[in-house]
Amino acid sequence: MYRLAGRLAPWFGGLCLLSLAVGLYLGLVVAPADYEQGDSYRIIYIHVPAAWMSMFTYVVMATSSAIFLIWRLKIADVVAEASAPIGAAFTAVALLTGSFWGKPMWGTWWIWDARLTSELLLLFLYLGYMALRGALDTPQGSARAAAILAVVGVVNIPIIHFSVEWWNTLHQPATITKLGKPSMHISMLRPLLLMALAFQLLYFHNLMVRMRTLILSRESRASWVAELNVETGN
Amino acid sequence: MKLAIRSAGQWLNPLLFFVIVVTLFPLGIGPGPNMLATIAPGVLWVSALLAMMLSLDALFANDFRDGTLEQMVLSGHPLTVMVMGKVMAHWVTSGLPLVLLSPLLGLMMQLPEGAYGILIVSLLLGTLSLSFIGAIGAALIVSLNQGGVLLSLLVLPLTVPVLIFGSGAVAGAGMGLETSAHLSLLFAIVFLSVSLAPLAIAGALRVGVAAGR
Amino acid sequence: MAIHMTEQPVLLSATGMSIWRGEHLLVDELDVCVRAGSIVQIQGSNGSGKTTLLRALIGLAEFDEGEIFWRGEPVRRAQDELHASLIYLGHKAGITAGLTPLENLLSLCPELTSGERGESSARLLVQQVLDELGIGERIDLPSAALSAGQQRRVSLARLRLQSATLWVLDEPLTSLDADGYGWVQAEIQRHVGEGGAVMFTTHQSLSFDPLPVQTLQLAGDQ
Repeated sequence: MYRLAGRLAPWFGGLCLLSLAVGLYLGLVVAPADYEQGDSYRIIYIHVPAAWMSMFTYVVMATSSAIFLIWRLKIADVVAEASAPIGAAFTAVALLTGSFWGKPMWGTWWIWDARLTSELLLLFLYLGYMALRGALDTPQGSARAAAILAVVGVVNIPIIHFSVEWWNTLHQPATITKLGKPSMHISMLRPLLLMALAFQLLYFHNLMVRMRTLILSRESRASWVAELNVETGN
Repeated sequence: MKLAIRSAGQWLNPLLFFVIVVTLFPLGIGPGPNMLATIAPGVLWVSALLAMMLSLDALFANDFRDGTLEQMVLSGHPLTVMVMGKVMAHWVTSGLPLVLLSPLLGLMMQLPEGAYGILIVSLLLGTLSLSFIGAIGAALIVSLNQGGVLLSLLVLPLTVPVLIFGSGAVAGAGMGLETSAHLSLLFAIVFLSVSLAPLAIAGALRVGVAAGR
Repeated sequence: MAIHMTEQPVLLSATGMSIWRGEHLLVDELDVCVRAGSIVQIQGSNGSGKTTLLRALIGLAEFDEGEIFWRGEPVRRAQDELHASLIYLGHKAGITAGLTPLENLLSLCPELTSGERGESSARLLVQQVLDELGIGERIDLPSAALSAGQQRRVSLARLRLQSATLWVLDEPLTSLDADGYGWVQAEIQRHVGEGGAVMFTTHQSLSFDPLPVQTLQLAGDQ
């Protein structure tokens, strides 16, 4: 697994860089400016993929946590642990870019929009997961406790999201319609999808790299790690 | 259960906390009756939520410390059933007093007249599910000596729906709106949390016992 | 070990137990076998993993490698059976400070009040055992008022009140006086004589003549 992750990491990294470059070029240079929002809309090429990935990562984390709880597969726990900080980073990026976008759009850095609020709560869930992992000191104990939390969290996310939508329509019926997505021109959509692909690859690249270090530190007493040290001359 | 009644601090402290936090809001914002009436549902609900969190901290901690918890795990009886009893006892001693006191605080907060019935019903349902949701967090951190802040970090995001529907119902009732949708959603959350949370709590307690010494 | 011992059925057994705590290998490929009618003492210095091993064997602690069996069944499938025929006394007495010794014992031993036996006959039984342990007059006082040795005695009363085949006693003599030692010793002898099994740790010297004591030595940190 360690070797597999090591072999895959550069591929994901390379493809990610490639699609990132093309996506950015198409998005920032080729795609036309929005007639209403001007050039500031271009931040969605970062914002939207990051928001997508923040949710995707949580689902991956919760799924592998469930696998770990049921079948006690250690590698599933490694995936979950490695995913948490990456997911938190995606969430933070989505929040930051959302707020940058909000400034020219709404004239304020922060607005209690349903999607931004959900994203903020998602960030809290990630932080709670990481804090719990850090607080418990036995490795097996923290793994299972954190896995339970992740599963509880993923059951809750749809409910949280639904309740926030509900709350939002009650309090600010006006902003929702303003945000309604107009159909996107293909020249704007293509770079968006490319950027989404790039972020996906970025996630896998990061995941592989983090998994390698996690596997190494967890299995530090296993004999193959010692052999590896000899090979690389440490 | 016996125990909770015998030690006054356990049910009295969250209650006092609830009263004091609610008192702070008029002091911080100003005593204007209109302003208070607008924020009353939210203030009452957020304060009740925080008071519940405060009381949850000790839910399993004592049992863990004196070894009762490991004897519960070893008893051969299903842990989920015992957990259910424990959490219900917590709700009766911590949640119910809050509910009973809330109309009085509503009065102090100039809560509109039509909202009192809904305030009681929504808090009744809400505190019950908060007990169960919060108990998951309390069980996860049971082996830690000080988990108060961590508990809030873990649990508060999960309690957002309860807060939204609960305070939304009270606010709606204050404006004379129909609130049955809020209440049925709250009821659904109660049902979900009472049926699913004990599984997570029991699992978390087993992990906690295995992690402690 | 006497020949007849090996004919007794195996209650709890484990093969290839390894337990790591951080960078320390506490238990290394240990095999354990506890037969009915036998006494097993786990020896080792402080921090050598005696408690961890005991807890791992009964499902209260994580372990890294090995398999545990209860009456030949893998323990994962027989966990409830194991727990139903087990009394575990650990470092923590399992006594809730706010309850009286009577209330504590009744909630720890639910079979006392189950079936035809009522609350009053259960009380009589508890009173009798606590009298024997010298803390009879404390039966209705809050346990918080008891000394450490007295709390230990309350939890030891379970050995008489509950019927369980396997006793796992982690330092049962802690904070007891000489009378207490004698009581524990006699109880263990009675239990083993009736076909039960005991696994325990202690830093005191206890002998159960003429019963043999199997010892398991933990090497400690390596």
